[in-house]
Amino acid sequence: MASSIRVRAIQNGDVTDVQTLIQHPMDTGLIKDAKGELIPAHFIQQLTFEHNGKTVFLADWGTAVSKDPYVKFAFKGGAKGDDLKVSWVDNKGATDSLTAKIQ
Amino acid sequence: MRIHPALSFLAAVLALVAPAVAAPAAEKPDPAADAKAFQDFFRKKFPQVKFEDFVNGPYSMNEDMRKQWEEKEQFPPYEFALEAGKEMFEKPFKNGKTYADCFANGGIGIRQTYPYFDDKEGKVVTLELALNRCREANGEAPYSYVKDEMAALTAYMAYTSRGKPFDIKIPDDPRALEAYERGKEYFYTRRGQLNFSCASCHVQNPGERIRAEILAPALGILNAMPIYRSEWSGMGTISRRFTTCNSQIRGVPLEPQSEEYRDLEYYLSYVSNGLPISGPGARP
Repeated sequence: MASSIRVRAIQNGDVTDVQTLIQHPMDTGLIKDAKGELIPAHFIQQLTFEHNGKTVFLADWGTAVSKDPYVKFAFKGGAKGDDLKVSWVDNKGATDSLTAKIQ
Repeated sequence: MRIHPALSFLAAVLALVAPAVAAPAAEKPDPAADAKAFQDFFRKKFPQVKFEDFVNGPYSMNEDMRKQWEEKEQFPPYEFALEAGKEMFEKPFKNGKTYADCFANGGIGIRQTYPYFDDKEGKVVTLELALNRCREANGEAPYSYVKDEMAALTAYMAYTSRGKPFDIKIPDDPRALEAYERGKEYFYTRRGQLNFSCASCHVQNPGERIRAEILAPALGILNAMPIYRSEWSGMGTISRRFTTCNSQIRGVPLEPQSEEYRDLEYYLSYVSNGLPISGPGARP
């Protein structure tokens, strides 16, 4: 199974630009399926980006975030070749993570 | 007895009209001339848009949307479907064969030749139809035509054909010409409670807003298929685009891959001949 995370981190001067795409249904729990039954809520609760072991971005999410979410941010202190670890945990306890190198 | 002046006037008018009626009833359809006229219409209507750019739909018409899209394309939302499509395409069926066995050149770089007219069957065959026929011939259940697996497979096949110009052929066969003509008729016929034809939006009003959306030009509209639509939160095929267009004008959609839709796809692809495949695409 391929990773649910796509990440690209590019060093621009002293700033690292990070773009991420995560595959997740992000069900709100308010939508019914074809049979008329509620689809239970299923969403990412916490998304973390760690640069060399130090958290640089932490998001507490709820159901208001879209399906297959896209996140873009920038931080200072990164350098080319450093590790950037992305991980998420959802409300069902499922998790995934990926470590990318800053380019 | 004198003839009433109004009657003699009517007789004179009839005499004038008669020769026009006597002219050849229906001209032989000329798809090549149609395609040229169709493409010239869009070039003239949008002189600032580069010809190849028409495949980018609403982004060729609106600067703000274009900027957002260019940023999105660095990380396109169809990426997951593309990867799934590649995996599915390469995975053998239960009998050991693969999709590659059903298509010319192993299915790589051939999107621009679909739909084609099958002279044995006497009907138009689209890529989506060919994929499901391939599955059935190998003992697999067919996929839904509108999304998910079908969209992922066609996304991968379009991706391997990116940049290749649409190359739809109409063989010298009266049945092929008829299919083309029926597709054309479908395209220009008004239907649904809103009484819209395909052309009402995509020929008369591309670049204009319909509620929050910017309408795409009909020229090149299929080159970007399948698409990830943010509104759908997912991928959709040409079948999905046709059926939702029909329901949005409050008409009753036909069955996906019905003969009418296949003829429509044949017509619409043919008049975009020469424009490069850009699928899979991303649309708002």
